[in-house]
Amino acid sequence: MNLVQIIAGFLSGVIGGMGFGGGAVLLIYLRVFENTEQLKAQGINLLFFIPIGITAVIVYALKKQIKWKTVVPLFSFGILGAILGIILTKIIGGGMLNKFFAIFLIVLGLIEIIKGFLLKVSKKYDNIRKE
Amino acid sequence: MKKFIKNAFLGLLIGMVNGMLGAGGGMLAVPALKSNNMCQKEAHANAVAVILPISVVSAALYVFRGSVEITDAVPFAIWGIPGAILAALILKKISPVLLKILFGGFMVWAGIRMLFK
Repeated sequence: MNLVQIIAGFLSGVIGGMGFGGGAVLLIYLRVFENTEQLKAQGINLLFFIPIGITAVIVYALKKQIKWKTVVPLFSFGILGAILGIILTKIIGGGMLNKFFAIFLIVLGLIEIIKGFLLKVSKKYDNIRKE
Repeated sequence: MKKFIKNAFLGLLIGMVNGMLGAGGGMLAVPALKSNNMCQKEAHANAVAVILPISVVSAALYVFRGSVEITDAVPFAIWGIPGAILAALILKKISPVLLKILFGGFMVWAGIRMLFK
């Protein structure tokens, strides 16, 4: 284990813990900096999220912030979808999957940037109203 | 009933993307939860609860299929947990505007690099 891996793990944990789609940070690191195979990188990313997700859900559940009535049907069908998705990875193959992931990142990244600027504008507007 | 069908469809979509790409389900779960009358903060908390069981099943299938071994993730996970705890402690002090723009920029940069490699 080297220092860069420690930093990658730590930063992925920080962003993941904030719920900012942090799931993708480790996957990006593995693909861009370590050239890990696409499917292996995805597997590491999924495994990585389990302890972090458990920690976060325990905290949120203790604070009674989880609305199980909405969450349970979503994840039940989500598990079905995941099985479908994993079957699809076999058909699509790692190379094509990498391209899908790249496009997915660009689209979601642009959405995040736009949302950031919209938030900035709405905050300015709020300040003007307060004054 | 209408709401149930909508959530079933959204759940399937979130699970499929997360299983297929190994990430990104949370980013879809947040707007899905907001469409169930949750505010931004509630949606972020509940998104983790939606994605966790999906990730457990997906990860198990990846391991079972031989794409990855549990030991591959350990060196990252041991440092990720203190990171997650730090995030929970400082979340309120960080500007969401800056975070969104920085993180979005990072994603676009990484996506372009992957596309043209």
